Amino acid sequence: MPTVTMTVNGKKVSGEVEARTLLVQFLRENLHLTGTHVGCDTSQCGACVVHINGDSAKSCSMLAVQAEGTEVTTIEGLANGDELHPMQAAFKEHHGLQCGFCTPGMVMSAVDLVKKKPKASEHEIREWLEGNICRCTGYHNIVKAIQHAQQTM
Amino acid sequence: MYAFDYHKPSSVADAIAVLKKADDGTFVAGGMTLIPTLKQRLAQPSDLIDLGGVKELVGITVSGNTVTIGAMTTHAAVAKSAEVAKAIPALAALAGGIGDPQVRNRGTIGGSVANNDPAADYPAACLALGATIKTDKREVKADDFFTGLFETDLAEDEVIVSVSFPTADKAAYMKFDNPASRYALVGVFVAKTAGGAKVAVTGAGQNGVFRVPEMEKALSANWSADAVAGLKVNAGTLNADIHASADYRAHLITVMAKRAVAAAG
Amino acid sequence: MPDGGTGIGAAVKRVEDKRFLTGRGNYTDDINRPGQTYAYILRSPHAHAKINKIDTSAATSAPGIVAVFTGADMQVGSIPCGWQIHSKDGSPMHEPAHPPLAQGKVRCVGDQVAIVIADSYSQAKDAAEKIVVDYTPLPAVVDMSKALSGKTLVHDEIGTNLCYDWAIGDEALTDAAFAKAAHVTKIDIVNNRLIPNAMEPRAAIGEYDQATGEYTLYTTSQNPHVIRLLMGAFVLSIPEHKLRVVAPDVGGGFGSKIFHYAEEAIVTWASSRVRRPIKWTADRSEAFMSDAHGRDHVTHAELAMDSEGKFLALKVDTKANMGAYLSTFASSVPTYLYATLLAGVYTTPVIYCNVKAVFTNTIPVDAYRGAGRPEASYLLERLVDRAARELGLSQADIRRRNFIPTDAFPYQTPVALQYDSGNYTATLDSAQKAADVDGFAARRKASEARGKRRGLGYSTYVEACGIAPSAVVGSLGARAGLYESAEVRVHPTGSVTVFTGSHSHGQGHETTFAQLVSEKLGMPMENIEISHGDTNKVQFGMGTYGSRSLAVGGEAIVKALDKVIAKAKKIAAHIMEASDSDIEFKDGVFTVAGTDKTLPFGQVALTAYVPHNFPHQELEPGLDEKAFYDPLNFTFPGGCHICEVEVDPDTGVVTVERMTAVDDVGRVVNPMIVAGQIHGGLAQGIGQALLEGCVYDEDGQLLTGSYMDYTMPRADNLPSFSVGTETTLCTHNSLGVKGCGEVGAIGSPPSVINAVVDALWDLGVRDVKMPASPQVVWAAINSARPAAAAE
Ligand SMILES: Cc1cc2nc3c(=O)[nH]c(=O)nc-3n(C[C@H](O)[C@H](O)[C@H](O)COP(=O)(O)OP(=O)(O)OC[C@H]3O[C@@H](n4cnc5c(N)ncnc54)[C@H](O)[C@@H]3O)c2cc1C
Ligand code: FES
Ligand code: FES
Repeated sequence: MPTVTMTVNGKKVSGEVEARTLLVQFLRENLHLTGTHVGCDTSQCGACVVHINGDSAKSCSMLAVQAEGTEVTTIEGLANGDELHPMQAAFKEHHGLQCGFCTPGMVMSAVDLVKKKPKASEHEIREWLEGNICRCTGYHNIVKAIQHAQQTM
Repeated sequence: MYAFDYHKPSSVADAIAVLKKADDGTFVAGGMTLIPTLKQRLAQPSDLIDLGGVKELVGITVSGNTVTIGAMTTHAAVAKSAEVAKAIPALAALAGGIGDPQVRNRGTIGGSVANNDPAADYPAACLALGATIKTDKREVKADDFFTGLFETDLAEDEVIVSVSFPTADKAAYMKFDNPASRYALVGVFVAKTAGGAKVAVTGAGQNGVFRVPEMEKALSANWSADAVAGLKVNAGTLNADIHASADYRAHLITVMAKRAVAAAG
Repeated sequence: MPDGGTGIGAAVKRVEDKRFLTGRGNYTDDINRPGQTYAYILRSPHAHAKINKIDTSAATSAPGIVAVFTGADMQVGSIPCGWQIHSKDGSPMHEPAHPPLAQGKVRCVGDQVAIVIADSYSQAKDAAEKIVVDYTPLPAVVDMSKALSGKTLVHDEIGTNLCYDWAIGDEALTDAAFAKAAHVTKIDIVNNRLIPNAMEPRAAIGEYDQATGEYTLYTTSQNPHVIRLLMGAFVLSIPEHKLRVVAPDVGGGFGSKIFHYAEEAIVTWASSRVRRPIKWTADRSEAFMSDAHGRDHVTHAELAMDSEGKFLALKVDTKANMGAYLSTFASSVPTYLYATLLAGVYTTPVIYCNVKAVFTNTIPVDAYRGAGRPEASYLLERLVDRAARELGLSQADIRRRNFIPTDAFPYQTPVALQYDSGNYTATLDSAQKAADVDGFAARRKASEARGKRRGLGYSTYVEACGIAPSAVVGSLGARAGLYESAEVRVHPTGSVTVFTGSHSHGQGHETTFAQLVSEKLGMPMENIEISHGDTNKVQFGMGTYGSRSLAVGGEAIVKALDKVIAKAKKIAAHIMEASDSDIEFKDGVFTVAGTDKTLPFGQVALTAYVPHNFPHQELEPGLDEKAFYDPLNFTFPGGCHICEVEVDPDTGVVTVERMTAVDDVGRVVNPMIVAGQIHGGLAQGIGQALLEGCVYDEDGQLLTGSYMDYTMPRADNLPSFSVGTETTLCTHNSLGVKGCGEVGAIGSPPSVINAVVDALWDLGVRDVKMPASPQVVWAAINSARPAAAAE
């Protein structure tokens, strides 16, 4: 079995995995980082979004071995100790989550958006979220939260 | 997913060598099509050869009237490239409309072109702009490259190295999204080139991406939305599914063609 | 209400958010048990087939395999239906057997055929491919009319596909009223079948403790006690004291996680055979073909009016799809949760509704957000919209003429329900203002200048929730009581844990319920913990659905809190040497009336557990009170939704430009959470109207089996919403609350379709089917054009 090594949330990790292991499986099963979720099998829902070398990506659509040598950030690695990342804080402030299942992917995707398009309009925010499905919030408060984080990030 | 062996060569030559050795190997680029396919157990390769380590396949160069995009260049990179936006703005816009941001961060032009999904966007640009697909062995004109649904002229052990697009006087792409998948239900790429107008349609054809000679003729004579307003593709050649009948697709092709011409200016 | 406070009415930020935002939620699939195995469930690819033989030998000997079981191995009870409906001739509904693993026959795509248990999920899936099932495919029946008229039977032993033929109301009176009507408006309605799609796919872990003989099931459920009851008592014959059901964090439910599913029984049962915990997690494709679907009604309705547009009578004929088996609450949805709402907000004096429930070779259909009430509001509000157009009345006018007047409450409808309170004029007025109806004409003009068409659609609705008085539902066939239970455990140092039988899977109970405690006991939120979802912790519970958590579960907490306060007052009286009746309690402090003698709540709590100076003759030590609350009536939220759309006539694309909802949900405990619930409901309502629709082909194959074909509402399909409340209090619970979980999904779909029809009316379009996808709208315009020209 191949060995993979990568940096996850600032820590170097490695593990032996079957080549067919998805990155999300490696995170959830080997590293017990269960904050990254799986909501679909067609790469569309975004519950699994993490950052690979700073860019958002769907960890359900990548092999763990493809992440060899990369810097991976998951939802668990976003806060600074006990202090929420401004995007996490904004989601709480604006009630951008209900059941919380889409939330990790949503937040990771939103952080990437604000980094890449700091001044995105409401329309652009909604377009950016094409790859993140939420069944609970109707997106209203997610959009509000991201707009708030545009000011605080 | 079925089990397979994984390889990450660092050159095109090595990649091909590994593939030749494998029982039933396949290349993986961004994996945005292949990995979901493997997850659903719709394919069972013995070996996966990751092109992600082949640096020579990444990059965008603009020289003279040609934009050349390395096969492993992501949709996101094309979308945000100032050079592409300047040379062929319609191409950057097209790349920016593929899938979602996370798909664009990983999916590549080489993978898209090699896969030739009948609802993919790039193949329309390739046909309408008269692109050349460069492989490790040869150069193929787009018109000869896309041969059917998920079919191309590519040999099993052939690697796409880059895709070169000649610039156009005017060009625009209008995509009508499938409401569920967000792939193209109908996408129309129009280009006004030195050799005349070209119109390519994706998402709709029973055999995948295709050109529309009547529209090209009309637009070559008169580059205006009105010129195509009365022209309709024969619905008999189009596909039908729960999202769109063939008639509806035929209608949308005309509407999107008009809008594309108007957008191209 | 203090906005900065934490009591009733304050927009307190959610207590549960931190764990979800930092990836520390605890969903079922996040749980791993020592020695755990993984299960893959082999499902039927056929809509209807006979199973001749299942050969599992190759699978059993595959690497990593622990066991393979089929229906032959698993001979257990049938998955029960929780509500018995009687047909109008008095006969009970037909209840087919529903085995967890197929017994000789499969009746829908996705039906469970075998379970493969292995050391890893991949191994289980690999081995499942080695199982050879010899099927004889049988003709399948998908369409309800064909099911009623054709020869193909879903259940041979029943001899018919008609589950029941039920009716409510007085048919003779209704016909008499029609005979006298000045005008009759008729409509044919399809309420499209939906797939719930909570973002967390269902999962279950079964575990058996050999030493104690105890079973534990971790499951994605909205009501763990109900699952324990149904699975323990009916399917597996495990007594309650040997069965623990835990529903940890659950990623959305919307009804689909109410029901007892086969997989729960299968992993629980199998765990005692393999003596290891078994985890099963659905992937999304599996969810599409194993979660109960929603809606799926076909209806013809007629409304009789006098010459002034006053409603005289309503007659409704509905066929409701049950799918292949009766899911837990399936039978109640198109009857008591639907036809009883057909008076709507109107004074229609006589109503008759006939409902035929039909078996088909499709996945079972059951409650989905709104459950029956969206079907009722859709049909009524489409009918009223049409009636207004036929009579030349404005949409607001026809509604105002027929509203139940504000002074008519309590109002007895002709279809069993008695509404306790409401003010439909107020919600309509307020919604019209918020929607800037006055500015619509100008906006329409602007759209037309751009070649687009614009429409405005109304929906004024009422729903029944907080389900409900046990005695009433029992008399209507419910096989369960519908009360709720709570325990308020005050700890010695004065902090509080509340155990509730409600279950939170996004609704924010940990916050809202804590606010009740904060308000009543005058204590900060951080001293309060809300515990739910574990049958070993919570005494009992009926769970969360039908927008009942606050109105029933919250009220139970209030009852328990009242008991706590009553006891604490006695303790305080004893300590302060005063009489009970002189003790006042406010903001967490006991005072002897008219004196400056005070005692903080914490001191009383401590005394209850360190009872040195304690009224032992009168009281037991401790401060821990329980309550069961069984409501006196349903609650009746209502309101007005106004939708404004723009339609691109060239492509058929509908854009929701404005969505305004003004709802009366009774007292609002946390306005932030209420607004969030309404937003979510609106998105699902707009989803039903414009995007979502489950499609089967004639052979019973599910064509919308993934997000590639089933259109989920995404952020760019929706506008920002305008939501507001106009409050009348519920008169029969102390909080005055009604419920807000479903109003968005119940009220909005007709407003959207009415808006689309409004936009296209002048083109000759009279109806647009849901989901009004671009293709549907384009086809409607196309087929209307010639008709309009002929008119
Ligand atoms: C949610 C989602 C939405 C999407 N939406 C769209 C959309 O709207 N429009 C659209 O066009 N596409 C869409 N796609 C597809 C996406 O663009 C893919 O990235 C693309 O089709 C394949 O590129 P890839 O790099 O991911 O290739 P891979 O998936 O890695 O490979 C695809 C195929 O190409 C072969 N291949 C890859 N690179 C080469 C090469 N250099 N030489 C030879 N063979 C090669 C592989 O062997 C494989 O058979 C979507 C995908 C997803 C998951
Ligand atoms: S799990 Fe749905 S996109 Fe990754
Ligand atoms: S919060 Fe539940 S899916 Fe988004």
